[in-house]
Amino acid sequence: MAELMSGFGCFTHAMVRAVPQSLARDALRSGGLEVDLLKVQEEYEEYVSVLKHRLGLEVLELPADEALPDCVFVEDAAVVCGDTALVCRPGAQSRRRETEAVKAALTELGLNIVEMTDESATLEGGDVLFTGREFFVGLSKRTNQRGAEILADTFKDYAVSTVPVQDALHLKSFCSMAGPGLIAIGSSEAAQKALKIMQQMSDHRYDKLTLPDDSAANCIYMNLPSKGDVLLHCTPEEFPESAKVFEKLKDHMLIPVTNQEKAKVDGGLTCCSVLINMKKNI
Amino acid sequence: MTTEVGSESDVKKVPEVQQQTAPASAEPSQEESPSDPEAAASPEPSSPPADGGPKKEKGISRFLPPWLKRQKSQSQDKPGESSAPPKQESVEAVQEEQEETHGAGAATASTEQTEEEKSIGSADTQPVREEKEEETKEEEQVIPHEASGLSALKLNKKMKMVVCHVTLLDGSQFSCEVEKRAKGQYLFFQVCEHLNLLEKDYFGLSFKDNAEQRCWLDPTKEIKRQIRNSQWQFAFSVKFYPLDPSQLTEDITRYLLCLQLRQDIASGRLPCSFVTHALLGSYTLQAELGDHDPEEHRLDYISDFQFAPNQTKELEEKVVELHKSHRGMTPAQSDAQFLENAKKLSMYGVDLHHAKDSEGVDIMLGVCANGLLIYKDRLRINRFAWPKILKISYKRSNFYIKIRPGETEQFESTVGFKLPNHRAAKRVWKVCVEHHTFFRLVSPEQPTKTKFLTLGSKFRYSGRTQAQTRQASSLIDRPAPYFQRTSSKRISRSLDGAPVVNVSDYSQAAGAGENGPALELNSDSKSQQVEVVEEPDADAATSISSETAFESKLRVQGENIYVRHSNLMLEDLDKTQEDVLKHQASISELKRSFMEATPDPMPSQWDKRLTGSPATTLRLQAQGSAEVKPEVNGQPEVVEVVEETVVIEEVVKAKPKSPAPEVPATVETECAAEVKEERSLSSDSDSEEEAEYHAQPPTTSISTQQIKEEPEEEQEAVLIQQAPPSGIESQPITEAAEPAPSAEEEKPAELPEEEVHADEPLATPDEAPNGHALQAEAPPTLRAAPTEEEEPHIVNGSTSRVEAEHLPQVICCSEPPVVKTEMVTISDTFAAQKTEISTKEVPIVHTETKTITYEAAQLDGNGDGEPGVLMTAQTITSESLCTTTTTHITKTLKGGLSETRIEKRIVITGDSDIDHDQALAQAIKEAKEQHPDMSVTRVVVHKETELAEDED
Repeated sequence: MAELMSGFGCFTHAMVRAVPQSLARDALRSGGLEVDLLKVQEEYEEYVSVLKHRLGLEVLELPADEALPDCVFVEDAAVVCGDTALVCRPGAQSRRRETEAVKAALTELGLNIVEMTDESATLEGGDVLFTGREFFVGLSKRTNQRGAEILADTFKDYAVSTVPVQDALHLKSFCSMAGPGLIAIGSSEAAQKALKIMQQMSDHRYDKLTLPDDSAANCIYMNLPSKGDVLLHCTPEEFPESAKVFEKLKDHMLIPVTNQEKAKVDGGLTCCSVLINMKKNI
Repeated sequence: MTTEVGSESDVKKVPEVQQQTAPASAEPSQEESPSDPEAAASPEPSSPPADGGPKKEKGISRFLPPWLKRQKSQSQDKPGESSAPPKQESVEAVQEEQEETHGAGAATASTEQTEEEKSIGSADTQPVREEKEEETKEEEQVIPHEASGLSALKLNKKMKMVVCHVTLLDGSQFSCEVEKRAKGQYLFFQVCEHLNLLEKDYFGLSFKDNAEQRCWLDPTKEIKRQIRNSQWQFAFSVKFYPLDPSQLTEDITRYLLCLQLRQDIASGRLPCSFVTHALLGSYTLQAELGDHDPEEHRLDYISDFQFAPNQTKELEEKVVELHKSHRGMTPAQSDAQFLENAKKLSMYGVDLHHAKDSEGVDIMLGVCANGLLIYKDRLRINRFAWPKILKISYKRSNFYIKIRPGETEQFESTVGFKLPNHRAAKRVWKVCVEHHTFFRLVSPEQPTKTKFLTLGSKFRYSGRTQAQTRQASSLIDRPAPYFQRTSSKRISRSLDGAPVVNVSDYSQAAGAGENGPALELNSDSKSQQVEVVEEPDADAATSISSETAFESKLRVQGENIYVRHSNLMLEDLDKTQEDVLKHQASISELKRSFMEATPDPMPSQWDKRLTGSPATTLRLQAQGSAEVKPEVNGQPEVVEVVEETVVIEEVVKAKPKSPAPEVPATVETECAAEVKEERSLSSDSDSEEEAEYHAQPPTTSISTQQIKEEPEEEQEAVLIQQAPPSGIESQPITEAAEPAPSAEEEKPAELPEEEVHADEPLATPDEAPNGHALQAEAPPTLRAAPTEEEEPHIVNGSTSRVEAEHLPQVICCSEPPVVKTEMVTISDTFAAQKTEISTKEVPIVHTETKTITYEAAQLDGNGDGEPGVLMTAQTITSESLCTTTTTHITKTLKGGLSETRIEKRIVITGDSDIDHDQALAQAIKEAKEQHPDMSVTRVVVHKETELAEDED
């Protein structure tokens, strides 16, 4: 029987985008750190490999665009939920054109495409947390109210709540879904505050998985046939304490994925893919 | 019988309000009330809706316990309710007068009338016309036999029936004849019966008010008073969307819920994505048409259905595609699937209301099962779950919620929202109260027991809670009723054109019973905050001390004054009850007599006058027992005070030292009750009414919520329906009744003989002798009033009967010594309010002030007349639903006697939902109960009403 809002974490496809060489020098970053392009590319390949081979997803890889140093972080370019894809309008001027290729690819997949035509709206996918029952949209430097409104108009079935984001690039810089009804959240004050707001705003109850490190709270949850609960999370090398927390999730298939280098340009695990479920529920 | 009365009045074209408001104290001698005896005999407050007639009376009598009434009826020939016919007469008279004065202004105005008064009088006439028009309109709907209703001669007609048209969820119309004064639940039950619906608590009837806003029909109130001059057109719809429809017991209930949701979806009120539209549409098809039949079901077979606000071909194709996949599903299963999906939608069951935040930004308030949601555009920007909310209130057009402090916060905070107007504020408040009660509480607070201290109007949800209705439906034992699911097409068609059934949209107001103040919320802190302060007054009568204790218990620290008093009250009551009970009968009698005399709040007609009238608010302060002199308190600071009631009790206590039998005054108890009622009618968008609702922790069954409500609705209703003050003005009989200079209208009312209660069985034995003495003296002084008996008492256009309240124990002389004086001041309080209202949008608030004094027979010379030595004076203020200020003044009089007078000032703030009469009755009753050995000697009612917006 067809049912709405079922199958959280079920994905069949993943869209990724290759790393441009310009990333090392031109990619936006808050830390001003030197980035080793080679390492970034290694991480990316490992990431894609996990999706494709380990998890068996259909991986759709877009070519890099040197003019778009941040293009590897495809998540910010589009929000896909169900059979609808909202093509974002990144708050960072230099990233605006990242959406073109993404949109084309999503269109090709047969998704319903919604574009943000409002010039005043900005929205980056990194600020969009979908819990399976509702959306939280971080209001950050990259995402504004108008962008959130358009997202709400796009996904009418769901409640869309706004959450102010402080001290972080995106909402998902310190949180993500680690399972159905399970929010992974960092320990920083900003993260905890955001979590409080989310809990207050929601009609649903969420469990929380508190990670010592904010960045570690960015993980990828999937519910895949024959694999069950899958969690891509940080490695012990990066965040030993946080990794231990993840390891307590007995029921999950835990896959540590390195993200050290991309983190220097504020990239999290979720940033590097757009996950899509092409197997229609309805 | 009562119905007959109603019909009669209708025939006469007397505005209903008048009839209703007319005190029951009509002359007993009148035999016109054929059926009245019955009414008197069976004045059960809880009588079924069908025979709502008897309860319609505005008089206090309706609040009296049956036993009391019985008593009364025995003692008096035909008390209160039986007196309905007389009212009509008076009403008629009024009307005639009005007609006379119609063009010429207040021709009948008394000599004392000032020009202002005249202007008032003339202004009044306008509303009358309106009413008449209404009447005529209604007349048309009335069943044929009443066609001749115009003739005043036909007094004893059959009850007036009105045809109600109810739009059902399937788009069909259900017509039903109801008595004109039937309550909402009568019609509702008729509809439910027609639908064969048992799980009816999720549903309600709504109507559109003058402003085209959807309002819930309050089942506990008369239909006519709610719809006022709107059409008798209603919509049956879902009021509370069950969180889990699968828990509904019967398929028919689910089916009706489906129909509602289909409407919600098609109208766009319940937003859905494309896929959802398609999925839900496909279940609709399966339920309505059964399995997809390629032969029969071509593509156009569904074009009659509306699945979405903007239905595209693409959507229809998708619907059909999905429809095919539901093969084999029964209609009930399809409905269940429909609901399982619809309930997940984020706006499912959310009742939206337009508002602005503190910064003037447009937002939406969404009331739902779990709490209050705040939206800006489509975004949820905040959410206040019921457990988070300590108190809900509204004041004028503002709606406030008090938030429980978070873990790290020390203080509770209050969040305010600006609604488009007062009525909207009240609507959202009501919806909140109802949703909270229905979804959050196990059972609604039982108002009956807590009534003791509840002045002020409390609105509460009167129906069953979800928990209760679930329990009830679990007991349903009947074969699944057959019902036809052919509605979809009709629905879609009706939706296309007409907006017919918009039940759940933001505009709808929740109507609910307004009885119990006590609703349980999830707050926990309240209980400890209640402080019990006992200040026994040695000098005062024992009753006084009990009173103080009582009041002090009501007092709650800080802002939580109102919280959970009712529970406390209950506990207190249990203890005091016995003591109190003795006096109860007499008290209620007193109340009743006073109450019935209480004129209705502002006639709507006033507003026009008000606009031009000077800004003055009359505030009556009773001082001496005998002298009630209204004092004009310049501007009403009362912006928020809608109704103020001052009850002054005066007690003369005999001191042991000099028991002088000769001096009756010393021995007896004199009680003057002054009731001051101020009501404000809201002008354009604002009214000054406010209400509060306190959330209490559900865990504690004890916790209660108080709801303060404003009189606005009633007010407005009154305004519309009330006849303008008749030109009849009688002279004040008592000195006490002297009108203040500022008073524009003054109308002394006289007490019909009936009013006099022969005896109060419950009176305290020891006082009885004294009382007799008093009585004997008292009557003569007030005698003047009775002379006018035949004249209808018309206060502000409404017929009011002045009932004298007498000392219970005393056998009243045949003629009640009560004098009623009314002063009406219309003031433009704009200037005064301006300072208080920061928002520019706030329109001018016109305020009408009316003061009515009821004075019991008393020895003029005794009380204030004689200069005494002030021994003690004590003022106690307690706040509960109403603000009560009690002042104890003990004086030493000549001869070594000491007299204690207690003045109570009670401010009742509330809107029309509040039954002011009831509140007043309560106030008086409480006063009596607190001081059983005292008697109420004077009641001054001061009403200040802000003009209703719609009146403008």
